[in-house]
Amino acid sequence: MPIQVLMPALSPTMTEGTLAKWLKKPGDTVSAGDVIAEIETDKATMEVEAVDEGTLGRILVDEGTAGVPVNQPIALLLEEGEDESALEGAGAKASPAPQKPAETEAPAPKPAAAAAEATPTVAASPAPASQPSASQKPAAAAPEAKGERIFASPLARRLASEAGLDLAAVQGSGPHGRIVKADIEAAQAQPAKAAAPAAAEAKPAEAPKPAAAAAAGPAAATGAKAFADKVGLAYRQEPLSGMRKVIARRLTESKQTVPHFYLTIDCETDALLQIRKDLNARSDAYKLSVNDFVVRAAALALMQVPAANASYDESGLLFYEHADISVAVATPNGLITPIIKAAESKGLAAISGEMKDLAKRARDGKLKPEEFQGGTFSISNLGMYGIKQFEAVINPPQGCILAVGAGEQRPVVRDGALAIATVMSCTLSVDHRVVDGAVGAEYLAAFKKLIEDPLTMLL
Amino acid sequence: MAENSFDLIVVGSGPGGYVAAIRAAQLGLKTAVVERDQLGGICLNWGCIPTKALLRSAEVYHYLQHPDAYGLSAEKVGFDLKKVVARSRAVSKQLNAGVTHLLKKNKVTVVKGTARLDGPGKLTVSDGGKAVGSYAAKHIVLATGARPRVLPGLEPDKKLIWTYFEAMVPETMPKSLLVVGSGAIGIEFASFFHSMGAEVTVVEVVGQILPVEDEEIAAFARKQLEKRGIRIMTGAKVTGAKKSGDSVTCSIDDGKGKVTELTVDRVISAVGVQGNIEDLGLEKTRVKTDRGIIVVDGLGRTEEPGIYAIGDVAGPPMLAHKASHDGVACVEAIAGLHPHVTDKRMIPGCTYCQPQVASVGLTEKKAREAGYEVKVGRFPFIGNGKAIALGETEGLVKTIFDAKTGQLLGAHMVGAEVTELIQGYVVAMNLETTEAELMQTVFPHPTLSEMMHESVLDAYGRAIHF
Repeated sequence: MPIQVLMPALSPTMTEGTLAKWLKKPGDTVSAGDVIAEIETDKATMEVEAVDEGTLGRILVDEGTAGVPVNQPIALLLEEGEDESALEGAGAKASPAPQKPAETEAPAPKPAAAAAEATPTVAASPAPASQPSASQKPAAAAPEAKGERIFASPLARRLASEAGLDLAAVQGSGPHGRIVKADIEAAQAQPAKAAAPAAAEAKPAEAPKPAAAAAAGPAAATGAKAFADKVGLAYRQEPLSGMRKVIARRLTESKQTVPHFYLTIDCETDALLQIRKDLNARSDAYKLSVNDFVVRAAALALMQVPAANASYDESGLLFYEHADISVAVATPNGLITPIIKAAESKGLAAISGEMKDLAKRARDGKLKPEEFQGGTFSISNLGMYGIKQFEAVINPPQGCILAVGAGEQRPVVRDGALAIATVMSCTLSVDHRVVDGAVGAEYLAAFKKLIEDPLTMLL
Repeated sequence: MAENSFDLIVVGSGPGGYVAAIRAAQLGLKTAVVERDQLGGICLNWGCIPTKALLRSAEVYHYLQHPDAYGLSAEKVGFDLKKVVARSRAVSKQLNAGVTHLLKKNKVTVVKGTARLDGPGKLTVSDGGKAVGSYAAKHIVLATGARPRVLPGLEPDKKLIWTYFEAMVPETMPKSLLVVGSGAIGIEFASFFHSMGAEVTVVEVVGQILPVEDEEIAAFARKQLEKRGIRIMTGAKVTGAKKSGDSVTCSIDDGKGKVTELTVDRVISAVGVQGNIEDLGLEKTRVKTDRGIIVVDGLGRTEEPGIYAIGDVAGPPMLAHKASHDGVACVEAIAGLHPHVTDKRMIPGCTYCQPQVASVGLTEKKAREAGYEVKVGRFPFIGNGKAIALGETEGLVKTIFDAKTGQLLGAHMVGAEVTELIQGYVVAMNLETTEAELMQTVFPHPTLSEMMHESVLDAYGRAIHF
C-alpha cells in the first residue's frame, strides 16, 4: 500500500506552509534521506526529506500551492513491488476530477486539530497552483502570536488561561522575569486589567504597553494595590469590612449618578448657644448639644419647605410626610447614619436622648437595620473637628444632605458696623433631579431662621 | 581594615554557617567563621553524614544475611563494631577536611572558640575559658544550630541513656535498646541497631511514627519496620526510668492507662532538638527569641540591624539543606543581591531507615485541611520492574495534586532509594509544573523513577502498570 508523504511541521508553531518546489517527479526512485521537495513558511525555506524509500507514485499538491496544512498528504510513495495500480487503492486517481480521498484508509497519523479535518478534500484535488481554497484553511492558522516568547511556569499558564488573562500583560517575578503562580494571582487581584486583553488582541506585540499605561493612568485609582506594588510603595492592607463595601458602593453610586449642587449659608448661633446654656442649667435630666438643635431645626424646616424632603425615582418624585433625619456617626469601622424618626414631632430633650442612645449603639455596632436604613434627609456635622465648611455626599435615595461646620466667632457686619458673632456655616448638597436651586435656597433660609431665632423652634 | 575587623562574621560552621561564609567570600566580603568544635558542625560530624555511613554498613550486613534472595551464599557473616564505627568516623573526618579546605580556598578566616556578642557589630571569642580576641563586623550571622532536647526524667548520662552523640560511637552492641521518639533520628538509629542485631523498641508520644510525614506513608513504613522485628508503640510515653548497673528499666504508659515495664541495655533519647540560643550575648542586642529560636524574617534578619540568624537556631524545619539555603539567601541579601526566599513548603525531608522515607510539600491530610480539593495518586513498588529486579518490592509512591489547577501539592515516598528520587518532584514543584508536564516527561526504563510517573498518572486514573 502506498506510503503517504505528509506536509511536515518545520517548527513547533507552524500550522501551514507553501509547497515551493518539487525536486522529484513521479516515477523517480527515492531513498530515505533524499530531498524531495522544498517548503516555504513565512520564516524560512526548508527541505523535505523522504523518510521511506520507494518510487514517487503521485504528487498530490502541486508546486506553488500556498496554505497547505501541516500533516496533509502531499505525495504518495510506492513501495518496492507496488505499481501504479496501487495508487487506486490509496484513493487518489490521476484524473483531475475531484475525488474522495483516503478517508477510509488514510490513518491520519496525527490529527492535529482542525488541520487534519481540513485535509482530505484538499488532498484529493490536484488543485491548480493559485487556488489554495481559502475556506478550507484551518482557522487555527490565522492569528499567530508573533511576539517574544513569554516565560511562564506551566501552572501559571494554566491559571492564566482559566482566568482569561493575557500573559503578555502579566509581570513576572520569578527568575529572569518568569511568570509564576503568584504573579497570576496578583494580576487577578487587580480589576484594572480588563482592558488589557482587548488591547492585546488588536496588536499582540504591543500588549505589555497598554497594560502598563492603564496601571499608570486613570485606572490607578481603582487599582491602588497594583500601582503600589508596581512602584514599590510600603503599605499595610486590611480586608474590606461589610460596612466599608457598602460605603464604597453607595457613595460611588451617589457621586456618579446623582447630579449634586451645593448651597452654603452662614447662621449666627449666639442666641441658640444662650438658650442651650439656659435650658441645660435647668435640669440634669438632659444635656442638649448644638447638634440636637440642628436636628430639630432641619426637621422643622423640612415641614416648612416640604419640597426639600423628597427623593427622585424613575417612576416619579417622592415627597415624605415625616422628617426622618439620618445623622452621620463615625464608628471605628466607618460611617453609619442612625435615624431620628419623625424628628419634627420630637422635642429637643427627646432628640438629645435618642441621639445619645443611637450614637452609642452605633459605635458598639449594635444598631438594628431599621434604625439606620430609611431616613429622608441627612445631617453630617464635622463642627466638633473645627471644620469651617464642607460639602457632603448625598446618601441615596435621599435628596439632600446638610453639612454642618464649626460655630466660631467671626466678624460680621451689623447695621453698617463691624461686630463679632458666633457663626456656623452650613452647606446643603442637593440632588438636582428632585430639588432645584430655589427650593434648596428656600429651605436653607427657613433653617437659618430657626437656628438664629431658636424660640421659634418651640412653635 | 584591622586584623580583627570583618565585613561578615558567621558564628557556627555547620551546613548553614560554612555555606554562608563561602558564599559571602565569593561575593567579595571579608569573612570569618567562628567554630567552637569541628568545622562542618553537627551534620557533618555527628549527624546526617556519619549516620549514613553506619546505615550503609547495616544495609550491606542485612544483604549478607539474606544472600539466598539473590541466589548467593555467604558464610561466617559478621561484623566488627569497632571497624563499623571507625569507618563512620573516617567518613566524617574526610568531609571535615573537605570543609577546612573549602574555607581556606575561599579565604575565609577560621576562628576557633566560642563567640559571644558584645552588642551589635561586636563579639568576643574565648576558647576553653581563655580569651581569643575581640572581633568586629558590620554583619554577624548566627548559625549556632541546635542540640538534643532533654526529656525530664530521661536526662542523658552518656552511659545508659544516650543521645545521638553516644549512639554514633557505641563501644559494644547493646542487646536491647529503647528509642524514645520516632522522628528521623530515632527511626534511623532504631533501624541501624536492629539491623546489627539489637532488640529494639520505639516509643512515640503521638499517634504515628515519623510525625511530620504523610499518615499513609508513615503507616506503611511502620508495617515494614515491624515486619523486620522492631517493636513500635505510638500514643505512648516513657514515664520513668530506673538505672541499675548496666541496664535501665523504663515505665511505658501505652496511652490507654496501662503501664508496662521494660528493661533494656541502653536508651536513646531522640525527642527532637532545640536551638542553641544561650550564652550568645543576645541580651545585649534587640534580637528577639520565641520558644527557643531566634525570630527572623525570610532573609534571616533579626530585630537588630546587622545581626542575622540562619538554620536550626532560626526555626524549623531543622534540616541541613534548609540551613544552607537560609545562609546563601541571607548573605546574598546582605551583599545587595535579591535572593529567592526559600519556600518552606518546598523543602524536602528524608529518613534513611529501611525502607527509606522521603517527602516534599503537603501531606494529604494537610492539603485537605488547607481546603484543597485533591487528586491523590499511588503507585506500589510491586508494579515496577526495576524494584522487582532489585528485590525491593515493598514501597509506595504517593502524589497529591490540587484538583482545580493541577498543581503538585505534595509527594510522599517509602521504599528503596526514595531519598534519591524525591528531588525529581522537588524540581517539578519549584518549576510549578502541573500533572500535564509530569505526564509528558519521559522517565527512563527500567528505573525506580518510573513509579513517579505512574503515581502521577494514577492521580488522574491513567496508571498503566497497576
